[in-house]
Amino acid sequence: MYGWIFTHLPGPTWARVIQSAVLIGAVVAALFLWVFPAVAPYMPFNDQTVGEG
Amino acid sequence: MTSAPPSTSTADEAAPPPGRRRAPVGSRILGGVGELLITAGVLLGLFVVWQLWWTDVEGEQQAASAVAELEESLPPVPEVAGTPRTDTPPVEVAAAAAEVFATLYVPDWGTDYAQPIAEGVDRPTVLDAGRVGHYPETAQVGQVGNFSVAGHRQTYGKPFYSIDTLAAGDEIIVRTAQAWYVYEVTTSEVVRPSEVEVIAPVPGDPEAVATEEMLTLTTCHPLWSTRERYIVHAHLDHWIPLTDGLPAALLPEGS
Repeated sequence: MYGWIFTHLPGPTWARVIQSAVLIGAVVAALFLWVFPAVAPYMPFNDQTVGEG
Repeated sequence: MTSAPPSTSTADEAAPPPGRRRAPVGSRILGGVGELLITAGVLLGLFVVWQLWWTDVEGEQQAASAVAELEESLPPVPEVAGTPRTDTPPVEVAAAAAEVFATLYVPDWGTDYAQPIAEGVDRPTVLDAGRVGHYPETAQVGQVGNFSVAGHRQTYGKPFYSIDTLAAGDEIIVRTAQAWYVYEVTTSEVVRPSEVEVIAPVPGDPEAVATEEMLTLTTCHPLWSTRERYIVHAHLDHWIPLTDGLPAALLPEGS
């Protein structure tokens, strides 16, 4: 999968490395900003209040 | 999980040149499964980084801006010691849900420690937004009863990280639009999450009628677990009208 993406990016190797870095950065940003905040409430290790346990 | 990131780059570098001979089906499937497993490992690792580091970065920013915003709406306080009063404090009315209505100071955690207190203990809008949350069913600050607040002990700005350092006599100060309320810690305890009587008007005794102005902090315990709750009780020592001056413990050094 990752190999396929890398071979299908345009340009010489150095350009592909930069594009890969940008792609990785975008994926990490999407995870931090939207995905992880959305799944965190379902994790069992964050309750601070009494009465919910 | 720790070896996952290097493995990803290896997979990238190992990409065969175009026009290569196709690998047997079995090893291609195995390679695909391997990539998925590596991806899962990296995702879990990133989630840990997000939970342990990024939520603190965001939470501390949100707390600081909420404190600053509330401060701008209040009249300036002279940097002199205010006169402590022990008569009946002003009446505080309930704030709207998720509204920041007070600031929490704990001098023993540093003079720059200031956390916004918002109404309610809702996770997304209050506790996970870098705020300390007021249990809506408990008394208002300064009033007879038990003003109870919850906060994160780690992650999301971790307002109550150092809660286990509080000892009897330590001050917990709440500032509203009207007054400073200076509480003194009485006791602390570790309870099961179901023991809601810790936030009863008389802590520990849901049947009793309150006669004293109490404050209770709740957070999780032990660190990195939610098996139990760490509870700190305090009682009102004195109050100071907001524009009269600062509580002694919050005076800038050297004044």
